[in-house]
Amino acid sequence: MPYDNQPAYDRLVFELSSPGRMAFSLPESDVPVEPALAAVPEKYRRRQPAALPEVSELDVVRHYSRLSQMNYGIDTHFYPLGSCTMKYNPRINEDAARLAGFARLHPLAAEALSQGALQLMHELAGMLAEIAGMDGVSLQPAAGAQGELAGVLMIRAYHEARGEKRTKVLIPDSAHGTNPASTALAGYEVIEVKSDAEGQVDLGDLERHLAADVAAFMITVPNTLGNFEPRVTEIAELCHARGAQVYMDGANLNAILGLTRPGDLGFDVCHFNLHKTFTTPHGGGGPGAGPVGVKAHLEPFLPVPVVARREQTYVLDWKRPQSIGKLQAFWGNFGMHVRAYTYIRTMGADGLRAVSENAVLNANYVMKRLEQHYDVAAPGPCMHECVLSARKQKKLGVTAMDIAKRLLDLGFYAPSTYFPLIVEEALMIEPTETESKETLDAFCEAMIRIAREAETAPEAIHQAPVTTPVRRLDQTRAAREPNLRWRGQR
Amino acid sequence: MRYLPNTPQNQRAMLDAIGVRSVEDLLVKIPAKARLSRPLALPPALAESDLVRHLRGLAARNADADSFTCFLGAGAYDHYVPSPISHLVLRGEFLTAYTPYQPEASQGTLRTIYEYQTMIAELTGMDVANASIYDGGSSLAEAVLMAHAVNGRGEIALTGAVNPLYRRVVETYVDGPGLRLREVPAPAGVTDLDAARRVVGGKTAALVVQSPNFYGCLEDVTAAAEIAHAAGALLIVVSDPVNLGVLEAPGRQGADVVVGEGQGLGVPLGFGGPYLGVFAAKQDFVRRLPGRLVGATVDLDGARGFALTLQTREQHIRRAKATSNICTNVALCALMATIYLAILGKQGLVRVGELSTAKAHYAARRLAEVPGVTLRFPQPFFKEFTLKLPKSPERVAARLARQNILAGLPLKGLDRKHADCLLVAVTEKRTKDEIDAFADALGKAVA
Repeated sequence: MPYDNQPAYDRLVFELSSPGRMAFSLPESDVPVEPALAAVPEKYRRRQPAALPEVSELDVVRHYSRLSQMNYGIDTHFYPLGSCTMKYNPRINEDAARLAGFARLHPLAAEALSQGALQLMHELAGMLAEIAGMDGVSLQPAAGAQGELAGVLMIRAYHEARGEKRTKVLIPDSAHGTNPASTALAGYEVIEVKSDAEGQVDLGDLERHLAADVAAFMITVPNTLGNFEPRVTEIAELCHARGAQVYMDGANLNAILGLTRPGDLGFDVCHFNLHKTFTTPHGGGGPGAGPVGVKAHLEPFLPVPVVARREQTYVLDWKRPQSIGKLQAFWGNFGMHVRAYTYIRTMGADGLRAVSENAVLNANYVMKRLEQHYDVAAPGPCMHECVLSARKQKKLGVTAMDIAKRLLDLGFYAPSTYFPLIVEEALMIEPTETESKETLDAFCEAMIRIAREAETAPEAIHQAPVTTPVRRLDQTRAAREPNLRWRGQR
Repeated sequence: MRYLPNTPQNQRAMLDAIGVRSVEDLLVKIPAKARLSRPLALPPALAESDLVRHLRGLAARNADADSFTCFLGAGAYDHYVPSPISHLVLRGEFLTAYTPYQPEASQGTLRTIYEYQTMIAELTGMDVANASIYDGGSSLAEAVLMAHAVNGRGEIALTGAVNPLYRRVVETYVDGPGLRLREVPAPAGVTDLDAARRVVGGKTAALVVQSPNFYGCLEDVTAAAEIAHAAGALLIVVSDPVNLGVLEAPGRQGADVVVGEGQGLGVPLGFGGPYLGVFAAKQDFVRRLPGRLVGATVDLDGARGFALTLQTREQHIRRAKATSNICTNVALCALMATIYLAILGKQGLVRVGELSTAKAHYAARRLAEVPGVTLRFPQPFFKEFTLKLPKSPERVAARLARQNILAGLPLKGLDRKHADCLLVAVTEKRTKDEIDAFADALGKAVA
């Protein structure tokens, strides 16, 4: 850890509390308080005060600063978490989102009083549509999973509007878990389609399942093995010929900016993860943003309201009778829209293309350097990420999880592990374009060192991590005796 | 390009190591006919200083709550945001980490979520809270789905005083499972409990009430709980946690699930998002909860540690059978709320509630003194209330905006039945002078 000269810190904010301390600053009331309180009936008033901490402002600042130091983040560590696109989060994005005109704008301010925000949203939707080759984009979904739900609901509404009853959605066995979960939530039966050894769709299996009751095929491009599906245009044509819509999970969009577009590949719907490709910070697990793009035939079904332009004025268009409705109370994670807009305006078309080219180059370089030491899940060239298998190491008693933990001791966050599910002992590595060759070399050397240790000293790997604030945790106990809140005990 | 470190020399060395001549050789699997043969049609790249100027220009075209006096609410409130919050959430170790898949290297995030779960459970009077959901609307939708999953019943009773924007979100989410929404009317500004007894029955999975409700009125949650429970249904309460320093915890009024918008707990207004979906429930439902949960455990040496837990509920393991499709929570907004609640603490949150309700009652009195203006509903309220105006609320609000006052929400757009009404919210930040100026301006506007 970078803070290893500090003593271990093991406090919760409640354990710093001392009755009578305060960290807030509120004015004395300039209007009468008692009559107002008396107007709130006794039975609606809280009897027992909430047991919140009582601490000073410095207590708060130091506590959360110390807790932050117990995290690895992109700012402090290489973070090759596959499928999550942990690239640099530009600080100008944060400045932009904090401008009072954005950060302090109420969502229900009249349209005439929020023209700058609506213009930004309208332009961002237009830029995302151009990047993906789509005709319309809704910025409303709060995250990728909600974008998926919106996309699948639009597909459902489309079929229903045509009087077609279709009940199934096909999803490859290599898909992210949100794909089947979102699809089931939208009321469809999920049918799993096999992938071949290289992670490509088994076309025979796909064709077998593509019956008249199939509403859509949902696929991640590049696929979750990091490879571009070479027959993707054929797949889209095949689906369309059977009346099914084709959905692209845009989790891996960072691989194809300016190189190809989902719309040109034949997709009807795709979602964007602004927190992946478009540099909005991951925040320890959100908030993200998951805008969804569609071809023209699905535009009537977009969530309401749609940000529209009427001559020189931007408006929220609610009059869309075929809309699937709303996903969030307001218009989407606008703070993330500001950041993504800032990023796209920073990069421009050439810059975005260079992003994907360098992301692909970095991933192939890492794969090349490691292929002698680990099994490669699928032959290259890969796109923006590569998937290794630790099956060779597992025979020596060292699993993908062990390797991940050892990396933490060597100063790197871990790749995604055990995903995709179709790869044994998977290690999914996404370096991103913002990492330098020097960093990639250092990471590869750490991975090679671990491969050697697996042969010579596997016990040491089983002990890892030893430099982190805690060692391996008892997950079984956490699940068997759930302790989900502090109750004053240690 | 400042975000791309590879120099041409680096690229050459890497291509040589890979054994290809150019990046193009790595892209051969993309079908040639689908390659983009032109540059993306995007506006030209801007240098940082030019981009800042452009963004400032856009921001300046918005009536933000720094330049305008804000009496808008309806699910987003201009509460005080203590200074340390923004500084702390900008720490890169919080800002640029991801979901704590490797708990040993994510103890900071995990501890803050555990603190958050504790504070929300305490405030709402529930046994457990999850690590957060997207916003108040989607939290309510997830609660409705959970109720259906718990008791298998197919109807949801929503009172007519639930925020109509939340109702729209619920409608979207129940479309897939095909649940039927039934409305319990609230003609007097609060739920008609006799009507609730008629609507809620053996098919009802859950009764949903909001308190304070959309019109600002306080609901009799205890009575609603009795009605729901008598029919074997769950009671879901939509609650604004920032009010719970003063208002009774819904858990002590019989709620089975408490959801709501946590934006008031230190999250910026931000034109509607990202916000904070609060979700808390009774212990019985812990294995049915949507979203992430953090639990305390021990490490190999017996030291206290924290990890994501009960993950067999979640999509990455259960896939199509997960309790929800949600993947991430809104960890950074939950962190803002955690820091907010640590700063306000036991005394401060009570003060926020007392000041808000004091200012709101003063404002209601002053505004209702304006000739022709009346309180629409003669009900107890907390920090928000509904006014009936003698003139078009849209026109009145537009006129007050010219004096830099955001007068409140004209209800016509969301609630046709109350097209002559204006929904006014007053937080602890509003001063007597601001309220007096609002009353004067309103008097002139409706004269």
